[in-house]
Amino acid sequence: MAKIKMTVNGKQCTGEVEDRVLLVNFLRDSLNLTGTHVGCDTSQCGACTVHVDGRAVKSCTMLAVQADGADVVTIEGMAKNGKLHPVQQAFTECHALQCGFCTPGMIMTVAALLKDNPHPTDDEIVHGLEGNMCRCTGYLNIVKAVKQAAGLQHK
Amino acid sequence: MYAFQYRKASSLKEAGELLVKDADAKPMSGGMTLLPTIKARLAQPTQLIDISGLSELSGIEVKGGELIIGAATRHQQVASSKVVRDALPALADLAAHIADPQVRNRGTLGGSVANNDPAADYPAAVLGLNAKIITNKREIAADDFFQGMFATALEAGELIVRIAFPLPKKAAYAKFPHPASGYAMAGVFIAQTAAGVRVAVTGAGSGVFRWSDAEAALMKSMDPTALAKLTVATDDLNEDIHGTREYRAQLVKVMAGRAAATIAGKN
Repeated sequence: MAKIKMTVNGKQCTGEVEDRVLLVNFLRDSLNLTGTHVGCDTSQCGACTVHVDGRAVKSCTMLAVQADGADVVTIEGMAKNGKLHPVQQAFTECHALQCGFCTPGMIMTVAALLKDNPHPTDDEIVHGLEGNMCRCTGYLNIVKAVKQAAGLQHK
Repeated sequence: MYAFQYRKASSLKEAGELLVKDADAKPMSGGMTLLPTIKARLAQPTQLIDISGLSELSGIEVKGGELIIGAATRHQQVASSKVVRDALPALADLAAHIADPQVRNRGTLGGSVANNDPAADYPAAVLGLNAKIITNKREIAADDFFQGMFATALEAGELIVRIAFPLPKKAAYAKFPHPASGYAMAGVFIAQTAAGVRVAVTGAGSGVFRWSDAEAALMKSMDPTALAKLTVATDDLNEDIHGTREYRAQLVKVMAGRAAATIAGKN
């Protein structure tokens, strides 16, 4: 067992976990942050994407103990004071989801993508979403939402 | 996942000692291959020794005609480093196309090279550029380092510290990624140096290998047409549901042609 401490969505969190516990299980089972989903559990689908120290990572392929001392942001930390994050807003407006299972991971990946590259081209968006899978939309509206979030839609 | 003990090494020396003491302990850097392997119960290490935070394994610099990159440098850092982009753009480009953004944020150069997955991208650059692998014990030439599928010259407790890539005149990497996994079905790294041309192939065989016929042909003329009459021997190539040996041989030739075209400025 290991004692761990991390900042999650701006709050200090502590826990005691077995060394083999994955970050996603710590978030979901210990902190009850169930917005982060487990899709494939084999680091393919990206549904479990969260930010660790500002970078998008697949929380099903990282141990909770590896995130000891880190600053973690999950989908629950994106909306502020009841106002959706611009990426969440754009996903809503562009109908960038159907079942919504992949959406938390998509939002986290897109937010990280736009931080690195505020004005991505279509190619850069598609390349940037390679680690996230959606079985409903066919991705077209997701790409549209990324552009809307980037403020590219009206240019 | 089987239980194991996680331990964050405080120094390279300590990491080496812990690994020598316990033959079933494994070093972990980004863990992008190791953790999925453990989750699939294909490995059962007693301990994971986390070396990702060690300062000895960090840093990117150009010195004495070489680009030297610390083993714990993440793919995303290599892809976005101005030093790498200026000195060896082919390597930055290769790193930018490994797996997906989330994996590039965790996976490391040293981890990829030490793992020597037969379809990994970095081994092609290491072998193609004739890089030196500097460990906590010695220096190993790329030609001696890779020893077939998941096998390397690394001994127990031996860890890659940094890799020194001699700067070529020009270099390029072209790969045909598997549409689902993103791993190379065939990836070809070509380096043009004062000493000649080296062509390294990943993804197609049981491990990274040099294609000597293409090296000789491209030495005479760095142009895709120079490869037209060559064939890749199929005996040692992979064959599975994704493609036959002959298909992979053709992919190697096409990817080599694309890399040569990039070097020749014909893309």
